[in-house]
Parts: sequence; C-alpha cells; structure tokens
Amino acid sequence: MSVKTLPLVFINLGGEMLYILDQRLRATSTSEDNSEKGVWSENDRKRVMNDIVGTLFSKTFMDELLKPQQLYSHRTLKTVLTRLAHASIMRLNPASMDRLYELTIMAFKYQVFRCPRPKDLLLISYSHIDTIRELVKDTSVVVNQVDETHRKIIEVYSSLSEGEFQLLRQTLLIFFQDMHVRVSLFLKNQIQNPDGRFALPTSGPVPHGIVVPGLIRVFDSKGREVRRSEFPAGGSYSSPVREGSFELHGDRVISLGMNMYTVNHPEETHTSKGDGTPNPLAKEELNLLACLIGSLKAENMPRAEYGFRINLFTTDQEEEEEADGTSDGAEESMFGVINIQAMQDEQSAAELARITGQFAEEEEQHENPSGNKGDDLLAMMDDL
Amino acid sequence: MYHKEKSIQIKNSASALYNNLSVLRIAPRRLTYFTVVHANVVNMVSASWDGLNYSHRQLQSKEPNVATSTSLIMQVAFCVLPSRDLLVVTSQKGIQIYESDGSIMVYWHALDTSDAPTAQAVFARGISAVWDNYICVGVSSGAILVFDVPSKGSNITLSEVLEEHKEPITDIASECSGSQECIADLVSADDGGNLCVWKSGKEFQLLNKIPGFDMSCSSVKLWKGIVVAGYGTGQIHLFEAVTGILHAEVNAHARWIYSLDIAPFSGLLLSAAEDSLVRVWHLTVTPETNSVEVAHLHNECVTDTQICGAKFCDGDGYAFAVTGYDLSEIIRYTQL
Repeated sequence: MSVKTLPLVFINLGGEMLYILDQRLRATSTSEDNSEKGVWSENDRKRVMNDIVGTLFSKTFMDELLKPQQLYSHRTLKTVLTRLAHASIMRLNPASMDRLYELTIMAFKYQVFRCPRPKDLLLISYSHIDTIRELVKDTSVVVNQVDETHRKIIEVYSSLSEGEFQLLRQTLLIFFQDMHVRVSLFLKNQIQNPDGRFALPTSGPVPHGIVVPGLIRVFDSKGREVRRSEFPAGGSYSSPVREGSFELHGDRVISLGMNMYTVNHPEETHTSKGDGTPNPLAKEELNLLACLIGSLKAENMPRAEYGFRINLFTTDQEEEEEADGTSDGAEESMFGVINIQAMQDEQSAAELARITGQFAEEEEQHENPSGNKGDDLLAMMDDL
Repeated sequence: MYHKEKSIQIKNSASALYNNLSVLRIAPRRLTYFTVVHANVVNMVSASWDGLNYSHRQLQSKEPNVATSTSLIMQVAFCVLPSRDLLVVTSQKGIQIYESDGSIMVYWHALDTSDAPTAQAVFARGISAVWDNYICVGVSSGAILVFDVPSKGSNITLSEVLEEHKEPITDIASECSGSQECIADLVSADDGGNLCVWKSGKEFQLLNKIPGFDMSCSSVKLWKGIVVAGYGTGQIHLFEAVTGILHAEVNAHARWIYSLDIAPFSGLLLSAAEDSLVRVWHLTVTPETNSVEVAHLHNECVTDTQICGAKFCDGDGYAFAVTGYDLSEIIRYTQL
C-alpha cells in the first residue's frame, strides 16, 4: 500500500531498540574505568550508541529508505535491524535479538494503534528522534547527522495529507497484525491486556481537531442552525489538548514515542511462539537488503579489536527453552539461501566483503580470553 | 435495543481498512454471506440462518495464471444487480470480479501503473453496483472505472472512466431506497472529503460536486436523495445530493469513522469508528418541508477494538454485524 513507510519504520523501531539497549547498558555500568573486567563503562555505552545512531542516520542509509517502495517483510526487517545493532562493538545472540525485535515491534504497534490522529505518527517519530539526539549529544558529528535526517523527514512528510497518513498507518497496522506478544512493562501499566491486545479507553481528551461527540445539529436550506440535540456518547471524553510541535525542536505533547524504560526497573519480557511462514517475495526483498547493507558506510563499521557479546534478556534456563522453541527447519534453510551478491556497484561489493570479513575476524578473536568482556556479560545481564 | 449474538469465527483477523465488511443476504437459500479482508486474502463465510452451518472460503488477490503475485487487498464488496450478484475485490494490482459465492473469477482488470507518479501508492478502492448493469470502482488517482456487466457470462467491459476527483477514492455508493424518483443514483467520495454526485447511464452525468474540508471521507451512503458521509474527524454530514445543502451535522465519534451503512426500508443508520463504538441512528426525510431528522438510538462498545466494518444484515436493520482490527470474528447483534 503506502510507499513511504520505511523511514518512519526505521526511526521508530531503531529508536525503541536504542532505548532498550541504552537501559540495559546503563544497568550494567558500575564504574567509569575499564579496569574491572566485564563491566560496560559509560564510554563503552556511548560508543555503542554513537555507532548505531551514526549508521541509522547516515545519509546513504536514509536516502535508500526514502525511495518510494513497499514495506519489507518481518524477516528482512529483522535482518536489517540486527545489522544495525551490530554496527557497534556489541554482539547480540539470536535469542536476544529475537526478543529485542519482538519488544520493539510491540512498542511501535502500541504507538501506531493509539496514535490520536494519523498525522501524529510524525510526532511519535520526532519524539524518538529527540531522545536519540539526547543519547548522542556528546558527539557533534552524530548529532549533525541526526539533525540533517530530521530536516529531511520534515521536508518529505510535512506536506502529506491526513488521508495519506492514514494509508501509511493502515499499512503499518497490517504489518503488525496478529502480533500479541505480552510485554510485562505494558501489562504492568495496563496498556496491554492479559490476552495481548492493547487497551483502548473511551475516555480522555479527543485528538486535536476533533470535536467531543454528543451533538446533532440540523440546518435549514439557508444554512442556519434550526435545532440542536444531544445524545449519550457512551464514554467520558474531554476537549483536546494543544497540538504538538512538528518543528525540529519543540514540545511533542503526546507521550507516545517517549522512552518508557527506566534504569531501575529492567523489565521482564515474555515471548509467544511466532509464526514463521516464508514470504514468497523474500528473494526480491533480500536483494533490496543486499543493496541496503552495501550502502552502509565503511567508516561506521567497527574497527574494534574484540567483540562484545550480550545476552540481553534471558537466564540460562530460558535461553535453553528459546533454543528448543525457535529452531525451525524452514527458517534455517531460508537463511541458508541468502546470497548477498546482487551487487551492481563494485565499490559496495568490496565494502561488503570487507565488512563481512571483519565480522569473521571478530568471531575468531572471540576465542581469545584476554580482553574479552563478552562471556562475563552473560552473568551481568541477568538482572531480571 | 440490540443484544449481542453468537459471533462467527473467521480464519484470519480483519485488517484496518475502511468499510471492511460486506454482507449478502440470500433469502431463497436462507443463507447470508460475509466477506472480510485480511492483508492479501478475502475471508468468506456462508452462514445458514438457523445458525447451524458455516462454511468458509478464502480468495487471494492475484492475476490469473500468475502463480506467485499476490497483493494487498483494499476492499471487497458484493454488488447486487437485477440479473445477478457478483463479488468485487480491489487491490494494489487490479480489480477482480467473482460470482457471488467466490467460486469462479469472471473478470480481471489490471491497474495501469505506468502513468502514476512513482512516489504515490497505486490501488483500487471504492465499489458499487448502480442501475441495472454497471459496477463502479474507484482508483487511487481519483478516477472511477465504470464497468458494463451483461446479465450473464464474463463479457464485462470497461464502459467509461470518470475523472472528477483528484485524490484517491475512498468509497462509492448507489441510491439504496429503491425509489425511482431520485435523480441522483451514485455518490463517490475521496481522501480530501470531496463528494461527487452522479446520474448513471451510457454516459454518466455529474450532477453536483460537494467540496470537502481537507479531511478524508472514509465512508458514504446515498438514501432518498440524501448523501450521508462519514469523516476522519468522527463527524457525519447529511447533504441533499443534488443541491449540496447541508441538512445536518453529527459529532458522532471521537476517532476516524471507518464504516457507515443504511437499512433502506427503515431508515436506520449504522456508524462505526476507531474509537471502538458502533452507533445506531434513525433518519427521517420529509420531502414536503425538505428537512431531515437524525435521532440517536443505540450504542455498542466493542472493548479495546478499532472497528473497521459494520453492516446491517437485512433491509430493515433487524440485525447488524461488526468487524474490528486484529479481531478474528464477526460480531453480530440483533434487535430484542
């Protein structure tokens, strides 16, 4: 349907992903210096944030997303987000990545579902950008990239009509359909019901530009009101609040899109079994994906001498359960089929080879125990 | 006034699309067909009136003879003509017309994507039968395709293309009162809230254009010469079709309206929106004084659900059915 979803999808999902990663990394940081083995310092955290944000908001990446195109499948989207997360010194195991993806999808689904007006999708996106800017505020190069992208988004999306925004929103809702992963933060705040469906209250302020229901007005042929009557609206609505700002900086007013995660309460997540039906258009999308990865700038790729593995969410027991539950023969073979070779651009192909080569190097160095913070991280992440 | 009946389970959940429920009552066989769109699939249920038999069928939107191409479906609707009933499916790729039980596809029309600017989505949306032999379908460019349908067989032809709207068509409706006196027999609505009123024929005639106010009109109905239009502001406007005079304005819902329906014999109006509410109203038209009355009768709340389809199941409005986003059932209500 809508051909303009991708930039907003990546900003919002990327934003949610960064909120969660930021919370996890802060929760483990207990000292400023790197001397204590296995601890993520403030600098490490900032480095991860800068690397990921720098990649997400790079001009080539965003330009690729801004081209009019259909929304990716879940499989493709998850793969690209995984690459994004790995644009830093951090490594996530597959189970963690699955959990992270589910969390970010459910958060964004909630925001799109409860979005007051279709146009407010932009305010939600800008809220994410605001917080992302905060996360990288100490690195002006990255802040500039964020600002440039934000300006570009304002330029492209400000002129869309409400009808076009609703089409965009409907496209996203179709994408999120039937996903009812329960998230304990949402359950606790009662924005999600035990069956996984989101709450939709019939109370509170109506969206900006909408009138509180309850009035019928009748006019004569000259347009003069001849009668008005009221009817029971069946809810308790109030007048709208002021409109949020659509500028580069400003009060967005609505709370959707703001960071729900706080450092002191690392929240539990709960996964339900996903539906792994293969997408017949996967080959086309994987080619697109290949172009996208090839266009990720070389300078954003890590030059780290070692990799950090992170186990974000699970205890050892849960990880075993995950391993049993998620290995699906069909899925494995789908990934086996990926041939990232649809490169017309020699330079991109060379870059991609260098990138994948780099990952291979890091995998090897994993075996080296000295200077490897990865394994100790596992114990530390279990704050649940 | 109404109470909830046993729901009908469907194979997939309903997608968040305007007017996402179509109902066809087949009295001689004591059956009712329901269709609901889920992404690229149409879920069709045939329900017997005694509530004992349900049979399901799924249709996909795809070009004939092309195995792998499916596309997202925008709308599905039954078209009732004097000689035959047909099922029309509109998607990103084109328009398919089936026999009303979904068994055979009788016609396929591919959308022309070549002259559309690539930055815009291309799709068909808005379906209505009109007069004896026409089916009208709207397109994202704003054009309305008029198909001439023979009384049997598959020799359906594109008779005319109406180009008045400049924004994507959202919904099209024909005069449903059965009255022969109404001059206007078709109304079309678009994403800017603009309404066009037509008289059908070998060449369709534009009778009136009612300008919008930059807010999508997602659902429209035409009854006894009155256009009933539902908007993204949650409001319903009632216009006199031929003159464009605004008879009434209802602040009906707190969110975007997704579906309107009228029971032609009783003048009952059904409105449903993203705010999880379905409302039943009564319309009275007094031709002598040229006035319209709107009375509110009933509310139903489908908890935590953004409603995407609501239709009366019969011409009197004795029963109605509702679909909601992410919901895998058709909820039914009947009068007490």
